[in-house]
Amino acid sequence: MTATSSVPDLITPTWEYAPAPEARDVVTIRPSHGLFIGGEFVDPADGGSFATISPSTEEHLAEVALAGPRDVDRAVAAARKAFTGWSKLSGTERGKYLYRIARLLQERAREFAVLETLDNGKPIRETRDVDIPTAAAFFFYHAGWADKLDWAGLGPNPRSLGVAGQIIPWNFPLLMLSWKVAPALACGNTVVLKPAETTPLTALLFAEVCQQADLPPGVVSIITGAGETGAALTAHDDLDKIAFTGSTAVGKSIQRQVAGSGRRVTLELGGKAANIVFDDAPIDQAIEGIIDGIFFNQGHVCCAGSRLLVQENVHDLVVDRLKQRLGTLRLGDPLDKNTDVGAVNSAAQLERITALTDTGEAEGATRWELDCPLPERGFWFRPTVFTDVGQSSRIAQEEIFGPVLSVLSFRTPDEAVAKANNTPYGLSAGVWTEKGSRILWMADHLRAGVVWANTFNRFDPTSPFGGYKESGFGREGGRHGLAAYLEPAEVDA
Amino acid sequence: MATRLDVNKTYKLYVGGAFPRSESGRTYEIADTKGRFLANAAQASRKDVRDAVTAARKAQPGWAAATAYNRGQVLYRVAEIMEGRREQFTGEVAVSEDLSSRNAAAVVDAAIDRWVWYAGWSDKFAQVAGAANPVAGPYFNLSVPEPTGVVGALAPQSSSLLGLIEVLAPIIVSGNSVVAVTSQDRPLPAITLAEALATSDLPGGVVNLLTGQTDELAPILAGHLDVDAIDLTGMAGRDTTDLEVLAAENLKRVLATPDTEPDVTDPPAGPRRILAFCETKTVWHPKGR
Repeated sequence: MTATSSVPDLITPTWEYAPAPEARDVVTIRPSHGLFIGGEFVDPADGGSFATISPSTEEHLAEVALAGPRDVDRAVAAARKAFTGWSKLSGTERGKYLYRIARLLQERAREFAVLETLDNGKPIRETRDVDIPTAAAFFFYHAGWADKLDWAGLGPNPRSLGVAGQIIPWNFPLLMLSWKVAPALACGNTVVLKPAETTPLTALLFAEVCQQADLPPGVVSIITGAGETGAALTAHDDLDKIAFTGSTAVGKSIQRQVAGSGRRVTLELGGKAANIVFDDAPIDQAIEGIIDGIFFNQGHVCCAGSRLLVQENVHDLVVDRLKQRLGTLRLGDPLDKNTDVGAVNSAAQLERITALTDTGEAEGATRWELDCPLPERGFWFRPTVFTDVGQSSRIAQEEIFGPVLSVLSFRTPDEAVAKANNTPYGLSAGVWTEKGSRILWMADHLRAGVVWANTFNRFDPTSPFGGYKESGFGREGGRHGLAAYLEPAEVDA
Repeated sequence: MATRLDVNKTYKLYVGGAFPRSESGRTYEIADTKGRFLANAAQASRKDVRDAVTAARKAQPGWAAATAYNRGQVLYRVAEIMEGRREQFTGEVAVSEDLSSRNAAAVVDAAIDRWVWYAGWSDKFAQVAGAANPVAGPYFNLSVPEPTGVVGALAPQSSSLLGLIEVLAPIIVSGNSVVAVTSQDRPLPAITLAEALATSDLPGGVVNLLTGQTDELAPILAGHLDVDAIDLTGMAGRDTTDLEVLAAENLKRVLATPDTEPDVTDPPAGPRRILAFCETKTVWHPKGR
């Protein structure tokens, strides 16, 4: 099939966009931040701090306190102290606190969106339209559960677990906070949350929201720091629950760390999702879905559709159209409302992406990248597509966590399933076909916690999210997510 | 009338639907609670565990692909076959657990009824544990439980038959396959159960039973990278830190060790043991004209 020439080029004439920057002054960033423990901001016991920068400009944004083991102790103690009152509060009243938080997030949504974009590097279009509204929705959804836990599926009068230590990544900072904090609080637990070291600012602004909501002191504590702070938190022996979102390697180390303790754990880890396109797929929609699947959020998405599996007879057509559509993406200032692709979150992540893509080329894959200028400062990576990728190539097996798509082909549904399932991961998968029976057959056979059919990267508070295999265990969202923070009444009764 | 010499049974392993001896050639002596010799049981080795996991992996997709109605009928069939061999099970449970015939018979009745109870769950647990999720957009959104895959199980040490069934049935009813290490010192009813399983339409390899030393076999099972989950019920009251560390290597789902061996006289409060070895899959599709 000579697909490359058959597509009329109607969309690529370059339009000049006028700059459309979102106003930055909607948010005031304090020059330094303490730790949020027991309802107030306090200095760290060991006095350290670290800087957080804007990855799109490398501009220094603020100094943030570095929490050490003594601070972890204080935060866990505050959470333990608060647990008695919080867990005994009626579900209705607990729920009302969460409704307040949801409303406050909605009221201050623009402020959170701008701050998230500054600290993370992702486009304002995404923080404004996805991250912040979905975070508010998570609180709103879980607020309503707080007095209905008898119907959560664990039998009557389920019990809260106690104090939860929660560690979240940098790719969706406030959204991941909401996935962790909202169900924990609705179920009557108290939390100590550690945001990622490169994106602490929206979590610290969330601490102000907790104050504005008059949330009892200690119900939520937020401690900032890097891996050492996280390790001190997960090692703390007065936790009842650990919830972690991050890499599979760290997830395994946490599971080892808690071995024998009886402590409850949920892990939401890495992925290498296959996005599978059959020859009868609605190609234009599939192209949008492929782009949404891997270039949304610069590919910093654990469930990203980072492996494109295309049926062989439409491979060239799909790849050609994909490149054409990618040519219209705008990379640049994340605060510009027209920007599609923002900055990579950190220098370290940029280095990892660069190293893995170099490996891809070295292993024989063909590299194509978007021809666009990169800003002079900040951390940037051009949207990249690899074709001629071998099934065993590292770029087909390992999570790159960047705007890099590996394209493979298949002939039959059985082969598509075999290739899709052939990684240690099992977080998500995509299927594109107009044939309903094939969608349902594929959905049955893909070993993944989320299957998007004729769509990709959809999230909702009512919809359980989480992995199979080495993508972790436990669910977040929906009725299923509540089980991560409850136990049946008769346990230990 | 001349006395007749009993024909004693050789107790072997149950792997892939067959009854092999341990490849190691080892056996160990099984005695009743008063120390009287009952039989030589096969003492499974590392290689036997690996063979059993291979058999379990091979059998699992086909078993999971069977309809829920079919799986339910197969579990019910196990109860039917056991019912026909009540006397034999009663005798073995009586000597293994030092029970009176009457009490042993009650245990066997409960064991048979437990298969019936779990058989009935086969086409219901997904309705109880699944969900239609009202997402904020024009999407169909459905969550369903699916079997985790290959499960390793350490069966209870005291309750040699009913306890074993309370571990096995919830694992396989959803479509998992299982490699179970039986009660170390009371393994005989397990092997007789295997004979019932082998004649009850259960595909070979769905249930694999290994007799032997729990402390030798448990780490092999916990560390096996083609085992997806592990049930530590048989380690009740013991420190399982090392096993859980091994299990983390491939993020096995771990059903935690109870402080004491659970009382399984009555069925549990719900399908929790079934769901401990299920994953939740959520499927999205747009709606449109």
